[in-house]
Amino acid sequence: MADRIEVGFKKGIRDALGEKIKRRISDNFSLPVEKVSTVEVYTIEGGLTKAQLKEAAAGPLSDPVIQNYTVNKPLSIDFDWLIEVGFRPGVTDNVGKTAREAIELLLRESSGARKISVYTSRQYLLRGKISRTDTAMIASGLLANDLIERHQIFGPAEFNFTSGLPAYVPHVLGEDKPAVEEINLAGFNDDQLLKISQDKLLALNLEEMKAMQKYFQQKSIVAARGKIGLSENITDVELECLAQTWSEHCKHKIFNSQITYTTSGAKLTIDSLFKTYIKGSTAQIRKAKGKKDFCLSVFVDNAGIIKFNDNYNLVFKVETHNSPSALDPYGGALTGIVGVNRDPFGTGIGAKLIFNTDVFCFASPFYQKKLPPRILHPRRIYEGVREGVEHGGNKSGIPTVNGSIVFDDRYLGKPLVYCGTAGFMPARLNGKATHTKEIMPGDAIIMTGGRIGKDGIHGATFSSEELHEGSPVTAVQIGDPITQKKMTDFLLVARNRGLYRAITDNGAGGLSSSVGEMATYCGGCRIDLALAPLKYPGLQPWEILVSEAQERMTLAVDPKKVKQFIALAKKMDVEATVLGKFTDSGKFHVLYCKKTVAFLDMEFLHDGVPQLKLAARWQPPKNKEPNFPEPVNWGKALKQMLARLNICSKESVVRQYDHEVQAGSVIKPLVGVANDGPSDAAVIRPILDSMEGVVVAHGICPRYSDIDTYHMTACAIDEAVRNAVAVGADLDCLAGLDNFCWCDPVKSAKTPDGEYKLAQLVRSNMAIFDYTTAYGVPCISGKDSMKNDYSIGKTKISIPPSLLYSVIGKIQDVRKAVTMDAKRPQDLVYVLGETKDELGGSEWFALHDAVGNNVPKVDAECARKMYRALHKAIGAGLVASCHDCSDGGLVVALMETAFAGGLGMNVDLKYVPYQGKKRNDYILFSETASRFVVTIHPSAKAKFDKIMAGNAISEIGFVAGNELFQITGLNGRLIIKEKISKLKEAWQKPLNF
Amino acid sequence: MSRKVKAIVLTGNGTNCEMEMAHACKLAGADVIDIVHLSELLYGEKRLADYSFLNLPGGFLDGDDLGSAKAGANRFLHARIAGHQEILFADLIDFIAAGKLILGVCNGFQLMVKLGLLPGLESNYTAQSTTLTFNDSGRFEDRWVYLKANAQSPCVFTKGLDVVYYPVRHGEGKFVPASATVLKQIARKNLFAFQYCDADGLPAMQYPANPNGSINAIAGICNETGRLFGLMPHPEAYLHRTNHPRWTRECLSEEGQGIAIFRNAVNFIRSKEF
Repeated sequence: MADRIEVGFKKGIRDALGEKIKRRISDNFSLPVEKVSTVEVYTIEGGLTKAQLKEAAAGPLSDPVIQNYTVNKPLSIDFDWLIEVGFRPGVTDNVGKTAREAIELLLRESSGARKISVYTSRQYLLRGKISRTDTAMIASGLLANDLIERHQIFGPAEFNFTSGLPAYVPHVLGEDKPAVEEINLAGFNDDQLLKISQDKLLALNLEEMKAMQKYFQQKSIVAARGKIGLSENITDVELECLAQTWSEHCKHKIFNSQITYTTSGAKLTIDSLFKTYIKGSTAQIRKAKGKKDFCLSVFVDNAGIIKFNDNYNLVFKVETHNSPSALDPYGGALTGIVGVNRDPFGTGIGAKLIFNTDVFCFASPFYQKKLPPRILHPRRIYEGVREGVEHGGNKSGIPTVNGSIVFDDRYLGKPLVYCGTAGFMPARLNGKATHTKEIMPGDAIIMTGGRIGKDGIHGATFSSEELHEGSPVTAVQIGDPITQKKMTDFLLVARNRGLYRAITDNGAGGLSSSVGEMATYCGGCRIDLALAPLKYPGLQPWEILVSEAQERMTLAVDPKKVKQFIALAKKMDVEATVLGKFTDSGKFHVLYCKKTVAFLDMEFLHDGVPQLKLAARWQPPKNKEPNFPEPVNWGKALKQMLARLNICSKESVVRQYDHEVQAGSVIKPLVGVANDGPSDAAVIRPILDSMEGVVVAHGICPRYSDIDTYHMTACAIDEAVRNAVAVGADLDCLAGLDNFCWCDPVKSAKTPDGEYKLAQLVRSNMAIFDYTTAYGVPCISGKDSMKNDYSIGKTKISIPPSLLYSVIGKIQDVRKAVTMDAKRPQDLVYVLGETKDELGGSEWFALHDAVGNNVPKVDAECARKMYRALHKAIGAGLVASCHDCSDGGLVVALMETAFAGGLGMNVDLKYVPYQGKKRNDYILFSETASRFVVTIHPSAKAKFDKIMAGNAISEIGFVAGNELFQITGLNGRLIIKEKISKLKEAWQKPLNF
Repeated sequence: MSRKVKAIVLTGNGTNCEMEMAHACKLAGADVIDIVHLSELLYGEKRLADYSFLNLPGGFLDGDDLGSAKAGANRFLHARIAGHQEILFADLIDFIAAGKLILGVCNGFQLMVKLGLLPGLESNYTAQSTTLTFNDSGRFEDRWVYLKANAQSPCVFTKGLDVVYYPVRHGEGKFVPASATVLKQIARKNLFAFQYCDADGLPAMQYPANPNGSINAIAGICNETGRLFGLMPHPEAYLHRTNHPRWTRECLSEEGQGIAIFRNAVNFIRSKEF
């Protein structure tokens, strides 16, 4: 028996959420809805008395100043349609959890030992002349995600106005009947092996299944298993554990494969892209830096660690959470951000989190074609992802300081959600270096934070596949930032008191990965899954092992400190449970109720996966060169370009992220006279009484992949570096992070062009090597997500190969940093770097529905020299503003510089250093890399010119006191004369919703 | 020898501005600054009575899941201190009765309002008479705003201030009084210590200068003694010139404008008036 409490706004109080929903209904569906009101519903189980229900409703569940409530009767009766949306069974209900805790506290004395559960739902009361079909469309197209939520629709005729809706409890109907299934792989043929992989969503290939088959037939293995009561059969726990550990997501099998790369003339065998190009480049850079090497821990931990100063280290990681965000944008993105938070938090001895970054790739929110099955509208993905990252970041108290949104309709099948987090840790703590991990046999294995449920089962294997018909619902989790915040608050205290020896996070693969990876530090482990706290009954042992339920860390704790550790957890209201101990047995040993359910050699678990052998073939594409004349109406052309989704202002999203909590923000994402100009990079001060800072920036250029991923990658690296340099970073103090999001590059019936896609991956890696070594910016960590395809029925959508390159670095004195907005009239405008006729893949060509072939190519030698000189000029205080030229080219950078400063600008194109076909539009819109727009005070000119001597720089005009943006064309005539306010308006409008 | 100023910054269960609030207390010259986790109070390891200046920082108590600071307020009202029969709230009332200072910023302000500490009309600190609810925009926003201090206000924290510039970072900051009578009292007693205003200092009802639609542009209120003060904008986010969003283009003093609030508190505790 359950009761319902409904809470809504009093008459005359504005229902801001209802109004927002009304706007969205009007924007998304153009339906004539007059009014939307919202009612919060709490369904409470536990047999509370009427008085207790009233006490709860009047107490924590409602605000007496603005809200009314009812108990077991409908609150609002004025509607044409009522939609109630609640969670499906087992879906994380954060508000329900908080309500339960509040009610338990409220009724502590009077409720006795009874168990209370609270489930939340929300009513939307619609007024307006719309049909049931319209209402159903609003419900499933906007208000409820049917994958995780259920909804009901009522018209007044079907509604019981006396009792309202009956209380519905979304119980997980699970019984505790733990069972371990066993399979004898010995007699299976190839087809049968593959069928197991498919049926169980293991995402393993034949070779891998065969490796398992072989392992379980070895005599020594069979004998050892016999001793602990296991047969030669593989248990489902072992099978699932191996599938997680060997998943593409966890093992990066494509990056570690042996690749035969063929181009028109040559053939090259690459033994692991990762080792050859990524690890290889970092090793070379570190060697070249010698004593100036700042890397402390690269590629071995959850995140990379570099030195900040003698007393502190910086930790950085960027992850993606694409597949879950396609199914549930809000939950997927929320989990993405709180998930990546745990990476730096679980690196070394653990780091305090100091900022988040996020980069999203979506299809156009204004997409109008018919959507393929199981695909949510891009606008919904946009809003959901934005909100998920908002809640994840803001509620965790971590500022979101840098990011961008990239649009391309090929992200319709899978949006990309890159989330990054940096941490800050003392270099030494309790007498020990903090950047390494150490575990002793005998240390207790403790899991802390949230409980385990069916959420996120098969997340790692799921993300190793394309989105298909059978993609599991359980792969989606919803993060709970507050449970995580409480856990991180507790663990930082425990860390500082030296209460644990090592820490890691539970992400993909759950305990299977976290315990499995930690066990490599000492050589084995032994855990009993029956000890793990569960959200609800009915989980099988294998599910407990691989569940990706969120907000959990795994720790190694000295047995002498277990008591203290658990006591501190209890005091700080965090759950912590001993699951077993680390050993040196060489075995990954898992029990359930003291009975062995998995017994695998550590070596086989971690190194037993066979190396893939793949072929790559590079054939440069030949795109059509466009043929269009120079624009006649320049004002229109500029405004069209400013309104391009990849160029226009992202302010409405940026504002909804707290970008200054922790009070160290120096260069914010929005700058300029009206606080709305687009920053190139972020700078923060992690120590409030010091002027040392951290700079973070990124580059991403997926459009260039249509021509050559080598140059796409080079441009992304250059963009990240030059964004950082633009605010004052020192090239020699930057570290990088690579995040590959690719479409499936393995040739198969589904992917006939796999060899080309793999060649694209090879070329991208080659560029990583060439450009990170040229710049001396080492990769310190990274990640790849290789199956960003959608494939249902005959529709296949593959994303363009997308590399996000992020950089982080130290800034010696933040007071030297500069922003991109023009500062004063009469300041001189410079362009740094030569412009070339490189419009291939540009926004200008895209506006003309063309790709072209002249992709921007980075001249690292020239760029490096210029970046060093510019850093010197900025350090000397000579630069008033500096803005990087990227999407949309020189003229977009000039316009942004002008209107962010609220000032006009006069520029003459004949002074722009340029090589190529003489066209005004080419000079203005070419996206040649390694260029900046800089303004300086006239008095700084001599010094600036001297420092920059030897670089392709040129004074091209001046900042004007009037509000006009004017450009003189190659023919010497004024071709552009526009009000900056009009330009700014065009730039601000598209995504201002 | 002047009186020692002992500041406590209360954290836990979702607060997140404790570090900068403690730093603000330090820059303002407090003698003792302890960041104390709520559990330390509940376990009796630390006592409110040992401090003279309570800071309630911003954040998301319990995720603001039941409305901003609602579950947090519930905890203050019903959680008992280990080994005592006292609830935490009783200690808070004693703290107020002793004439000590409380500053609530953002979520801390929401907590004070929902507990009834502010405006605490007629010294009744247990009845909620105003609230902070969803912004008219229906969204969380991070935005810098101008605030005009009410020179007639008894607020000890805003003494001597005129127009200041701080960021707001909230989704539920719209100030709403329970009735016209409550609003009248707040106005008559000058309990509105800060109003959102335009750059010239005129109270603003228009978005975005008034970022949330607050009634009478009220951004912060105090109680009748002026010793309890809460505001939505974050003074602790502006401690240094480089925090200002336009520091690269404007002439600003090295010290951020947020410190003044904390310095006023520290000076008041050192003064004879305390």
